[in-house]
Amino acid sequence: MLKHALIAFLQTNVPGLPEHRVANIFKPLASPGASEKEIALLTFAITGAIFVVVAGLIVYTMWRFRRKAGDDEHQEPPQVYGSNQIEIAWTVIPILIVFVLIGVSARVIASVENASPPPATAKVTLVGHQWWWEVDYPQFNVRTANEIHVPVSRNGNHATYLTLESVDVIHSFWAPQLAGKMDLIPNRQNFTWIDPSEPGVYFGNCAEYCGTQHANMLLRVIAQEPDDFKSWAVTEAKPAVDDPSVASGKAMYQSLSCVNCHTIRGTSSIGQFGPDLTHLMSRQTIGAGMLTNTPEHLRAWVNDPQVIKPGCLMPSMNLTDRELNQVVGYLETLR
Amino acid sequence: MADNDVLTADALTLEQHWALPDRGKVGIIFLIITETALFSIFVAAYLVYIGKSLVGPYPKDVLDVPILATICLLSSSLTVYLAEHALSKNELGRFKFWWIVTICLGLEFLVATGLEWKKLIYEDHLTISTNLFGSTFYPLVGLHASHVTVGMIFLLIVLAVTLMGFPIQTQFRRVLFLSWYWHFVDAVWVVVFTVVYIIGR
Amino acid sequence: MASIDYPLEYPREDKAYSFSETLYSWVATVDHKRLGLMYVVSALLFLVIAGAMAVVIRLQLMFPESHVVAPDTFNRLFTMHGTTMVFLVGMPMVAGFSNYLVPLMIGARDMAFPRMNAFGFWIFLFGGLLLYFSYIGGGGLGGAGSAPDVGWFAYAPLTSKAFSRGAATDYWALGILVSGVGSIASAINVIATTVSLRCPGMTLSKMPIFVWVMLVDSWLILIVLPPLNAAQIMLLMDRHLGSNFFETQAGGSAVLWQHFFWIFGHPEVYVLIFPAFAILSEVIPVFSRKPIFGRAAMVGAVVAIGFISLGVWAHHMFAVGMTAWSNTFFAAASMLVGVPTGIKIFNWTATMYGGRIRYSTAMMYCCAFLLHFLVAGLTGIMLAVAPFDWQLHDSYFVVAHFHYTLIGGLVFGLMAGMYYWFPKVSGKLLSESLGKWNFWLFVIGFNMTFFTLHFAGFLGMPRRIYTYAPDRGWDTINFIASVGALVQAVAVACFAWNVLYSLKKGEPAGDDPWDGWTLEWATTSPPPEYNFERLPVVRSSRPLWDLKHPQDPDWKYE
Repeated sequence: MLKHALIAFLQTNVPGLPEHRVANIFKPLASPGASEKEIALLTFAITGAIFVVVAGLIVYTMWRFRRKAGDDEHQEPPQVYGSNQIEIAWTVIPILIVFVLIGVSARVIASVENASPPPATAKVTLVGHQWWWEVDYPQFNVRTANEIHVPVSRNGNHATYLTLESVDVIHSFWAPQLAGKMDLIPNRQNFTWIDPSEPGVYFGNCAEYCGTQHANMLLRVIAQEPDDFKSWAVTEAKPAVDDPSVASGKAMYQSLSCVNCHTIRGTSSIGQFGPDLTHLMSRQTIGAGMLTNTPEHLRAWVNDPQVIKPGCLMPSMNLTDRELNQVVGYLETLR
Repeated sequence: MADNDVLTADALTLEQHWALPDRGKVGIIFLIITETALFSIFVAAYLVYIGKSLVGPYPKDVLDVPILATICLLSSSLTVYLAEHALSKNELGRFKFWWIVTICLGLEFLVATGLEWKKLIYEDHLTISTNLFGSTFYPLVGLHASHVTVGMIFLLIVLAVTLMGFPIQTQFRRVLFLSWYWHFVDAVWVVVFTVVYIIGR
Repeated sequence: MASIDYPLEYPREDKAYSFSETLYSWVATVDHKRLGLMYVVSALLFLVIAGAMAVVIRLQLMFPESHVVAPDTFNRLFTMHGTTMVFLVGMPMVAGFSNYLVPLMIGARDMAFPRMNAFGFWIFLFGGLLLYFSYIGGGGLGGAGSAPDVGWFAYAPLTSKAFSRGAATDYWALGILVSGVGSIASAINVIATTVSLRCPGMTLSKMPIFVWVMLVDSWLILIVLPPLNAAQIMLLMDRHLGSNFFETQAGGSAVLWQHFFWIFGHPEVYVLIFPAFAILSEVIPVFSRKPIFGRAAMVGAVVAIGFISLGVWAHHMFAVGMTAWSNTFFAAASMLVGVPTGIKIFNWTATMYGGRIRYSTAMMYCCAFLLHFLVAGLTGIMLAVAPFDWQLHDSYFVVAHFHYTLIGGLVFGLMAGMYYWFPKVSGKLLSESLGKWNFWLFVIGFNMTFFTLHFAGFLGMPRRIYTYAPDRGWDTINFIASVGALVQAVAVACFAWNVLYSLKKGEPAGDDPWDGWTLEWATTSPPPEYNFERLPVVRSSRPLWDLKHPQDPDWKYE
């Protein structure tokens, strides 16, 4: 286990950006997550107090009124049928507590849902697919997958707005340290927002069961300094690099049915079903966060995705070693 | 033990005066309640999807208000009551007459529904898969029509055994419960009619 | 008793029956006790099957990135586990316990509609078998067989033809629809029995709380199962007739399915937990040697739950993007349900308070219920706080929460009921020493699994994933949880062994081993087919107390 962890850590650690793999909801690093943590702690305090009092009473009763060795078998304890005063007390008190809780949570629901979020620097349309995330930035003319680059928002001035849609079944966006869940529902638009306060890679998952590979519909939110984010967006908006040294690989790619599902902007490959590959190599992972994006992994993936992610919608193309090398060689130039 | 004697006498009075509701009555009432819950979901689905169809035909273009069928079905509630009333007075002839009238009225309703569907399917090309209107219309109206059909089958069974000479007055309870079911089916039609032919258009 | 039209005495025969005669007598029976037993036994069989599935699930998740089962197999396992536990274990337990005990407790000779009762059981069993037939026929004609893999709440449009090929989802919908009809039949029967067949003197205010809870439970079933059945009919129409109820491509709504499902689904958890409430309300007084504290409040609380729980369903949908108003409304209603539930816990504790508690295994399970159900209730409050729920929703915290209600609550309550009534049903006592093993292993294993899983939720682990990376902080938690699952499996094996062993070699129980107060202890163990030789007349809610304490009967106070 430890070895696994170490390897994974060494492979994917991007210099400069701390990785938040353990997504503890009690260590939020964005405003929505922080307000959710605040009400969580309040709820804990109230329910914890209730637990201590009630469980204490139950355990005390269990112990104090046990039948002891010397008790007379036939002696029955006093028969008590109830007490209206007590019933009223333990009806009214919980109702009061509940009303406090309702009031508080109504306030927080309103403050999170109705409050206008800080002005947005980035507007993202996140589209759920079985089993990957399409990430669109209409304002920057950028389309990528599975890794949501957003600017860091230190003083609440660079929030990112997310419009959530789905092309097939229901998915759910969940980056626990940034914000609670919001579903991606076909034939419907949802909205959520995040404003990470520290640069870093925030891990998340699809949180609504969406079929075979629900477990491997992983998500990364990459929060960068606003300037870094801008330059990333500018690079991503460019069409694909056309490297003449891999012309044969490009031709091979275009002769295969890859083009039916994938887009590489600037080429005739304009499929929509799979992730946009225009800047494939700028991404940290492939297979929706399953593998680090290394040449070996990419080769294994293209060779037969079903071995790595059984049931995923990308088939094996049954390429020969030579063809495989050509295609992967071409893909590796897409920076 | 005078106390015990008092208790025994008490028990006897308790037994003698102990009367609880007829179990059949309770059963049919709760059957009707659970059926109401079933219908309410189909009605809810219809209401949710009013005006949400992406393509035609739309209700206002193809639906005609089934006035005659509605009058028939609603008046069959009255005739089934008259039949049941006659049976309670042991007037078998009147019972048979009103019972047959009820069956005829119910049949007319079913035939009218059938003709309406035939027109919708063959002339207006509205099927269950055409649009959301079709998807909600046929299941809702069909669910009601299937209840009418079930009621009709039971009405016919009662008629058949009566005509064969079975002393139906001995089964007054069951006839009564059947008539309650029939009233329920009528009441549902009032809701379906309002939703489909008035609100939905 | 002219209104009872059953013969008072059946001829008793002591001749040996051949196997086929015995089989026939069970298949053709309309006796409420035999049907009740068949319900409970088939529920226990399904419990073992679905429990074994849970063990495989936990083995797969024991270590990160393990390959015990394939992804599709895993998805089928949790779908079948959930569906089975809810529809083929929980629901028949409701029907089984109420069938066996309600007539005995109200001093009746059978249910109101014995033949409908038999129909209800067989149609339930048929539904269950239909669901499991999907392992053979789920692939559709000519396809390889497979079970449904859409999750137990089967969110649209994952269930549409486009995303769920083959016939697996059809078997799922049909199986539930068919067994749902059985549940409705059984519920109508329980209501008619309670309303119409109580023995002389048993007014509603003197009816045992067990019967009251089952009455409200049946009411809930009648109100909430039809929405589920309606939704299943719509789903089947979508899949086979081409209607568009949940077809998002044709303008249908995926959220509508969730509404329909949870209008059923949330009250359903109360339907499932009510038998445990019912059992506790009988077992705790007898072993504390005191009448139930606050009878009226206990009944009132159950009735309140029976109504409030109808208006809380959308707290399962806080993440679908409802308006702030709906979120607030459903959060408020959900918390409000906590109040009557709290009242029940307080009253059970007050019943024990001042008593002389005898810790048999049945009573120990009751105490375990109180503590675990308290935790379940409080985590439920956390989930009802909508903003907190946005984090907890569909995470392992939810899994932990509802297993606290359904194992810590329902199963512990059912265990208490089994230990309490087994002597009545079989005439033999269950072994107390095996019972203690069963109890402690179950409690320890259960907490190892599900207490730890709360924390997996806090660390962002979503439910229904078949694998996870080793570096997400989830591996230790999952390892402990899986070990706990194995401990629970041993505990259940202890119980099974206890039942089989005690049936053969258990101590004879006598008619009234616990010195009980309700009418079922007034007849023999096991009761004769006609239940009572002479129908009893009652004057209080504890008729046997009155009989045993003629100087100080209850009816003087009630």
